[in-house]
Amino acid sequence: MQQFFQALFSGLADGSIYASLALALVLIYKATEVINFAQGEMAMFTTYIAYALLTHPHFGHTFSYWPAFFLTLVIAFVFGVGLQRVVIKPLERASVLTVVMATIALLVILNGLAAWIWSPELKFFPSPFPTSTWVIGGVHISKQDTGTFGVTIACVVVLWLFFRFTKLGLAMRAGAVNPVAARLLGVRTSWLLALGWGFAAVLGAVSGMMSAPTNFLSPSMMQAVLIFAFAGAILGGLESPVGAVAGGLGLGVLLSMLGTYVHPVTPELRLPVALLILLVVLLIRPAGLFGRVVVRRV
Amino acid sequence: MRSRLGYIGFAVLVAAVVVAPLVSTHYRTYQLAFVAIYLIALLGLNILTGFTGQISLGHGAFLGVGAYVTTILVVDHGWNDLLTLPVAGVVAGVAGLAFGLPATRFAGPYLALATFAIPLSFIGLLKRFPHFTGGTLGKQLPSVHSQFGIHANSSVWIYWVSWIVALVMFLLAFMLVRGRLGRALRSVRDSEIAATASGVSTAGVKTLAFGISAFFCGIAGGLFAIAVTYVNPDTFPIDLSILLLVGIVLGGAGSLSGMIFGALFVEFIRITWGPALLDLFSQVHHINTRAPGSSLVVYGVVLLLVLYIAPAGAAGLVRQLLTGKTAVAAWAKQGRTAAEDQA
Repeated sequence: MQQFFQALFSGLADGSIYASLALALVLIYKATEVINFAQGEMAMFTTYIAYALLTHPHFGHTFSYWPAFFLTLVIAFVFGVGLQRVVIKPLERASVLTVVMATIALLVILNGLAAWIWSPELKFFPSPFPTSTWVIGGVHISKQDTGTFGVTIACVVVLWLFFRFTKLGLAMRAGAVNPVAARLLGVRTSWLLALGWGFAAVLGAVSGMMSAPTNFLSPSMMQAVLIFAFAGAILGGLESPVGAVAGGLGLGVLLSMLGTYVHPVTPELRLPVALLILLVVLLIRPAGLFGRVVVRRV
Repeated sequence: MRSRLGYIGFAVLVAAVVVAPLVSTHYRTYQLAFVAIYLIALLGLNILTGFTGQISLGHGAFLGVGAYVTTILVVDHGWNDLLTLPVAGVVAGVAGLAFGLPATRFAGPYLALATFAIPLSFIGLLKRFPHFTGGTLGKQLPSVHSQFGIHANSSVWIYWVSWIVALVMFLLAFMLVRGRLGRALRSVRDSEIAATASGVSTAGVKTLAFGISAFFCGIAGGLFAIAVTYVNPDTFPIDLSILLLVGIVLGGAGSLSGMIFGALFVEFIRITWGPALLDLFSQVHHINTRAPGSSLVVYGVVLLLVLYIAPAGAAGLVRQLLTGKTAVAAWAKQGRTAAEDQA
């Protein structure tokens, strides 16, 4: 039983990282039907920016963790908006496939730039949480895992409140559901897409900064996480933000349980297992657990 | 007229293949052998991406499957290396079919999503079963040597083997896309709804295209293993899969001859052209152009520029020069309406 709860909690912590990246994917997908393959590398790049803020003196002093964290979120937002404006917007009238190719180009560029600027070696990234554990009823609960879960879920909730209760959030939802009608009602949909990229970048930055302390900082650190996020998003349904979060969390817990109880599933098999889950979900419920089946009108 | 141009083009290609090793150093000849290997892989991936309109970010792993089949058969079972090539192709093709069966049943972005997981999963599997694959250390093949009583330098030998296979595969790809299957592939790319209405099984065609493309990549992978004489899990990183896709776009998706440009790009951008291009900039700004990652930045930027300026790739530019008509990227047609096409 203790083993079960330990696997559950560490699975939830991993899962919350997948969930925030999965939500970032869904944000962009819902608005434009584009899968942003650069999402993971954007997260990685902003995590390097946080690293730079933490280690190099800027304007005479280095930042402590939380100021650097929030400053990184602001930078990530500007970065995401900027990428949409500069790279994606010129392809507004191009086909979805072309835009997807452009995000793949972004993936390559960001990956190369990070290795170029900061060298491809693994780097240690600090964690704001202590490495000690709480012991409740014989179950060791890591403070690191709890903090990771708390921070990512808090960001997701803040984003949900924004979409649910602000006028801008309403406009963004309208732009995603029916861009033409929204534009006719005076919503500037093009800029809303840029905002969506900004929020996705912020979510990515959170997932990057939360996964870096345990997985170390490197240019390829988010590639596996991105695949888990894909699998989570598909599990929950690419159309559904709630589904993406639930799918990410569920996948984290599932992989953690498999690792604990099914011995042939070694860490090397985490990715193949995620791929298998992804394929099985596509076969049985292509719209995901929370998605609706889209009927196309000819 | 078009087909006559095609025959002339193919004859020029064969002539170039015959002449090239006579005027090249051994090292350059060895590099050109890799152009042939990448050409085979690109021809395969092009059947999926260019002709069927499905993006795959995982075909580097099918090269890996072919390479490991060849290596295991040669090292552990004592096969002649050239005889392993068909087996490498078939095993990779079957793996492609098995993967494509669930993944290609759905329209939209799901295929690209699922394929993105293949290279990393493949590396995980290689490391999980080390007694079979050699694990992280990989396996060493015997060095390249000429066979059948022919005495040639090893670079020249692998050059000829690769290019003969590549030319055969080129003709095979040509016959595939020209016939009934090719029409079915293009109909799926241009409009899945119209294809279904005309009685084309879109899922079946996509799965078949996936299998065929994996078969091509498997053969390329077998040759790759023979040429580099060493495989390990890092030989087939996710970058390779992405580079193949970049090669397709650059050469011109949906054009067979364009793949020759694509293959030249894939082989030379990393080692020769990328650094040369960066050196131009380094004379202006003092940057370290040999740093890791710099070549990635170059080919990412090149890909973006191609998407903006010449979405039909090198083949599109050539066609534009010959015919005076602006070419639209074949795979970018999906999602455009007929009215937009006419405009």
